[in-house]
Amino acid sequence: MAASTRREFFGRTTGLVVGFSMADSAIAPRAFADTTQPPSPDRLDAWIRIEPDETVKVFTDKVDIGMGVQTAFSQIIAEELDVAPERVVLVMGDTALTPDQGGVGGSTSISNGAKPLRNAAASARYLLLQLASEKLGAPPDRLRVANGIVSDGSARVSYGALARAHELNDTLRVSGRGFNVNVEGKGKPKDPSAYTIVGKPVKRAELAEKILGKATYSTDVRVLGMLHGRVIRPNAVGARVVSVDDAAAKKIPGFVRTVVKGNFVGVVADNEWSAIRAAKAVNVTWGAAAVEFPADPYQYLRSTPPKASRPGIARGDAAGAFAAAERKLQASYEWPFQAHATMGPGCAVADVRPAGVTTIWCGSQKNHALQKGLAELLQVPLDRVHVVWVQDAGSYGRAGYEDTAADAVILSQAVEKPVRVQWMRSDMTAWGSKGPATVIDLAAGFGTDGAVSAFQFTSRSFSGSEVLYLADSAGNFLAAQLMGIPNKTAGTEFVNLGDSCPVYEIPNIQSVAHVVPSFYELASPLNATHLRDPNGPAGTFAVESFMDELAAASGADPIEFRMKHLKDARAKAVLAAAAARAGWTARPSPNKSSGEIARGRGVAYALRGGTYVATIAEVAVNRGTGAVHVSRLVCAHDCGLIVNPDGLHGVVCANLVQSLSRALKEEVAFDRDKVTSSDWNSYRVARAADIPEHVEVVLLNHPEHPPTGAGEPSSRPTAAAIGNAIFDATGARLRRAPMTPDRIKAALLRA
Amino acid sequence: MAQITLNVNGKTHHVNAEPDCPLLYVLRDHLAMNNPRFGCGLAQCGACTVLLDGRAVRSCVLPVSQAAKKEVVTLDGLGTPEHPHPVQAAFIEEQSFQCGYCLNGWIMTAKALLDKNPHPTETQMREAFSGLVCRCGSHVRIFDAVRRAAGMGRA
Repeated sequence: MAASTRREFFGRTTGLVVGFSMADSAIAPRAFADTTQPPSPDRLDAWIRIEPDETVKVFTDKVDIGMGVQTAFSQIIAEELDVAPERVVLVMGDTALTPDQGGVGGSTSISNGAKPLRNAAASARYLLLQLASEKLGAPPDRLRVANGIVSDGSARVSYGALARAHELNDTLRVSGRGFNVNVEGKGKPKDPSAYTIVGKPVKRAELAEKILGKATYSTDVRVLGMLHGRVIRPNAVGARVVSVDDAAAKKIPGFVRTVVKGNFVGVVADNEWSAIRAAKAVNVTWGAAAVEFPADPYQYLRSTPPKASRPGIARGDAAGAFAAAERKLQASYEWPFQAHATMGPGCAVADVRPAGVTTIWCGSQKNHALQKGLAELLQVPLDRVHVVWVQDAGSYGRAGYEDTAADAVILSQAVEKPVRVQWMRSDMTAWGSKGPATVIDLAAGFGTDGAVSAFQFTSRSFSGSEVLYLADSAGNFLAAQLMGIPNKTAGTEFVNLGDSCPVYEIPNIQSVAHVVPSFYELASPLNATHLRDPNGPAGTFAVESFMDELAAASGADPIEFRMKHLKDARAKAVLAAAAARAGWTARPSPNKSSGEIARGRGVAYALRGGTYVATIAEVAVNRGTGAVHVSRLVCAHDCGLIVNPDGLHGVVCANLVQSLSRALKEEVAFDRDKVTSSDWNSYRVARAADIPEHVEVVLLNHPEHPPTGAGEPSSRPTAAAIGNAIFDATGARLRRAPMTPDRIKAALLRA
Repeated sequence: MAQITLNVNGKTHHVNAEPDCPLLYVLRDHLAMNNPRFGCGLAQCGACTVLLDGRAVRSCVLPVSQAAKKEVVTLDGLGTPEHPHPVQAAFIEEQSFQCGYCLNGWIMTAKALLDKNPHPTETQMREAFSGLVCRCGSHVRIFDAVRRAAGMGRA
């Protein structure tokens, strides 16, 4: 029997920083230093150390946002060293311990991020074999390694014994920056043909921990003396604080303070429930909205003069060929604002130390950038800020955890105590930055041979870096913008033909991308940032649906039509593999049937960062209600060499479902001055009933090609595959996502 | 404040809490139990699910006073690393999740479902899960784990 209140519990704990939950889920105690210097990437021991207990400790700025990359890294490192993958321990995303690799992004953790880890492991192996050679009196090329034991056939010595006796270090050559940081030392990595660990299915050790209830997330970080904060966001975009009345909040037991800085408002209490109640009890009078959101974002995109335009791929004479074509088609596709809406709203703990090092625990994907931004916000040197990554509820780009971190820093600074900020659901879903709305106009004409002779692409979108994916400046944070700090790093990011959708073998192509100004330059719930596969689902929905329109217009089978306009053998291979698995029979679409339920199949193809994907959807459409159910998804996926087939299969399956959700359900709703989709009822996502009965993933392994990314590419073709299947079933073409029953019904009436 | 007696994972705790404080915050902040997780605070997602006398309930909206003297079971009370509950073992075997933040909802709901109905149909399984969210989209392998735990085989 245990009796405890929160205070008593804190009273019993010792140490500066402790995990609250005794031994099983503790954040390791950390001593506070006066400064925190980042490790120098030209030192081998900045990347890899052999511990006396034979574990291999590897330091990387790449973090695992739920896709199992740490398991794949373990395999890659274990392969070079000939140890068991479970012997590899990863330290991830700690600005004082891990060299800057640009954080996580662009599905590059394996393709780029693993390179320095692999090379460092190969260099460690080289040095270990040199040491073993001296110890055993045999030349290095006569030595063999098995499970971390070096042997010359008779005598043996372990890596750990060698590392105990000698300093294992060397100087490495460093090249590249950000995602492309690489190091090279004396050891050469293995040839992939010799791999025995890479390429085998390995279970994710951290996933078992989670399932057993033993994992620690950023929500579980507890620091001695920590208070609890909540934020109060404006009730309209750009609204200013007129007055704050916290008389009622002050009556709540445990209330500490209301913090108002410009239009940033937060409350702090000594326990979480009081903080929640206090945030509700504070009565903020807000002024009027600074701007009016348009009723129709697509109309706004079409009618607003762009702030920047950029010509893209240009081949031949597209305008001339289009004018000359006898048969031609034009269509316009629309993709909505979508939300990160991570499963857990952002959570961060900040311990601001004016005279020492400030520590922030959170789940950002890009922790060195966040360190810079928070140092600028605090106006302290970089080495006075230490960011420690702790896994959070997934992350699909710049999810908003950076903004939570800034909220925690501001509140901790104000109350001079460590503060944990947990966003409420609406803070994340309504106020978190969004994936941008996009309009894509397409036009194409056929030549006399029946092939597409002209292709014109025009995109109009909000910049996906209105809130830059790197939170490396003070003005990047929502709280800072509310305080009036300008967002100086807002960038212009275009939706380009090629980057966000496939380019086919068409002789005459013209493309242009326009970016229109954001609605409001300071804090806005409709400011756009990177959301999983930035611009890819929007661009591919347009181009791959339009390719289907072109196939239908020529009476061609959609797969044969694509094959005719592709040369790349790997592109054709994924289409063929998906078709074979799905049992696809060649025929043109649509294939309308009578009856209330119409069934159809559709295909779409994507190429992203060297990864090829073809997805086939089978759907059932209720003609009466417009409801669509996807009964089957088949995805063929080629990302070069596969590191962990089981992990990859899981990532692709989840990508398919999340992208189905974006295709059918997800759309940020807003009125003239605020976002109105703020929870799971108003921002709908796929639920159990929406999941296809059959999801089949065909992984094409190409060990002869280096690995490319897998975190995002299979997000890309799903919407078009589903839209094309709806067309196949009904003859109705959906050109606006999400493809909701209302929109399907309307399209059925037009068809 | 009131002193409330809670039985969590077979242990008795006396906590001083506001009677209307949701069970979630008492478990997390008074008892340092990480597993019910905050997802929405609105009973819309299930991340905070615990078993209350064997029923899967949303601890984010359940006043702690209503849990008094009942049996509360959290995810880490289901099994141990050495002896995982069969439902946990099935989820590990199927490697069901991506980020895993939602998994309290799925695993605790699956346990409550299978206790009541050891061999649910596909429809019954989806119905039981209708109130849950997995933002990463891990549903395919979640369903595989439930089928495995129920000895149903793959769909």
